Amino acid sequence: MELVTPISEEDVRRLKVGDVIYVTGTLFLARDEAHKKMLEEGAPIPTEGGVLYHCGPVVMKEGDEWKVVSAGPTTSARMEMFEYDFIKRFGVRIIIGKGGMGDRTQKALAEFGAIYAAYTGGAGALAARAIKRVREVHWLDELGIPEAVWVFEVERFGPLVVAMDSHGGNVYRVVNERVKKVLEEGL
Amino acid sequence: MDLNLLEKAIAIAETSLKPDVEEALRRALEVEEDETARANLRAILENVEYARKAGVPMCQDTGLHTFFVEVGYDFPERHRIKEMLTEAVRRATKRVPLRPNTVNPFTGENPGDNTGRHVPYIHWEFVEGDALKITLLPKGGGSENMSALAMLRPGDGIEGLKRFVIRRVAEAAGKPCPPTILGIGIGGGADIALELAKRALLRPIGERADYGPAAELEEYLIEKINSLGIGPMGMGGKTTVLDVHIEWAHRHPATFPVGLVFQCWAHRYATVIVKGDRIEVV
Repeated sequence: MELVTPISEEDVRRLKVGDVIYVTGTLFLARDEAHKKMLEEGAPIPTEGGVLYHCGPVVMKEGDEWKVVSAGPTTSARMEMFEYDFIKRFGVRIIIGKGGMGDRTQKALAEFGAIYAAYTGGAGALAARAIKRVREVHWLDELGIPEAVWVFEVERFGPLVVAMDSHGGNVYRVVNERVKKVLEEGL
Repeated sequence: MDLNLLEKAIAIAETSLKPDVEEALRRALEVEEDETARANLRAILENVEYARKAGVPMCQDTGLHTFFVEVGYDFPERHRIKEMLTEAVRRATKRVPLRPNTVNPFTGENPGDNTGRHVPYIHWEFVEGDALKITLLPKGGGSENMSALAMLRPGDGIEGLKRFVIRRVAEAAGKPCPPTILGIGIGGGADIALELAKRALLRPIGERADYGPAAELEEYLIEKINSLGIGPMGMGGKTTVLDVHIEWAHRHPATFPVGLVFQCWAHRYATVIVKGDRIEVV
């Protein structure tokens, strides 16, 4: 299924764990430092209905244009400490990352209507291929390349697997419970 | 020694996955039945192929650079090795390009060229002869964050090691980008166990330890860990590790150090061998 930004609450409420989606339009990047700064100072870009991507890219300047070389997801768990407030305040509908997030994020997904979608970790070259243009970059001097807020125009960015939905579904929890059971029985 | 060749070796490591690792990923795709596991493995393989063809880093986390250097006592350019490796990293950062990944822990400042205090880190070993062998291992942060050290009690022994490793893998779940390769170092001291664990990663996939009991332990751990069901990216499946490699040293009677290093599926490394006029990248 292809979703085009800006994304409505209705769109994401329809999605369930296991669904495979592609995003077309714009997405913005924020890692640890950018989450912190946005919560302290406000967003440097419009975020309502937006797609947040946990990623620190490899980029290259060609003339005046930035070119994205490799841009796979970073470990989302590090952003858990910020994400509830972030979703509440900035109205993002899709969070893309890897490895999943915690209970507070899951609560925010349900309360405010959003999903967490997993992009295959390490697939940075493939991700860059779907990024058509760098529209803007904010706080580059202050935060450096990996932590800056980049805004990318993307075309069929994915495949993204819905890993946490707005109805409490969570693929990582299912896997963790199974792992725990194997451990209890086997060790 | 040729600076361009060192730079090329870094580019090769970052853009082209070793055939043994790629082959192991293909086998994993054959084994997996779960649709999400298969989707992740297909994306990985497509990414590997595209990165190699386009000559771009397969992962945006191009790692922190570590070199394992075996230098012959009679290698003529010994004094230049450190300087050349540092310069090769600087150049590769611009040309490949790589993500600037060195951060001052106190100020957060990033010099922007992947060098800094003790970076690139060089493990030195002196050997007979006049050759030079350099293995570079750029390692990502996501998998390194899951690495761990256990100072077990000698009474815990190998059984304690099994519990520590399997629990840690379960805890790490999808965070180190499975399917991973695990390096385990046993004995020595705290630092030695971890260094051996990191070195263990440099053994090809499928090659067992040269010491029987260590080889058996590797096989035991591969089977147990893959039965946990963590799977590619921690989203469920049969392939959690592609391999487990163990290196060991004798231990102090009172200690039982176990170093555990996680390596993501994007197991990037390359070796440069210099002997006389002959230079090759392996």
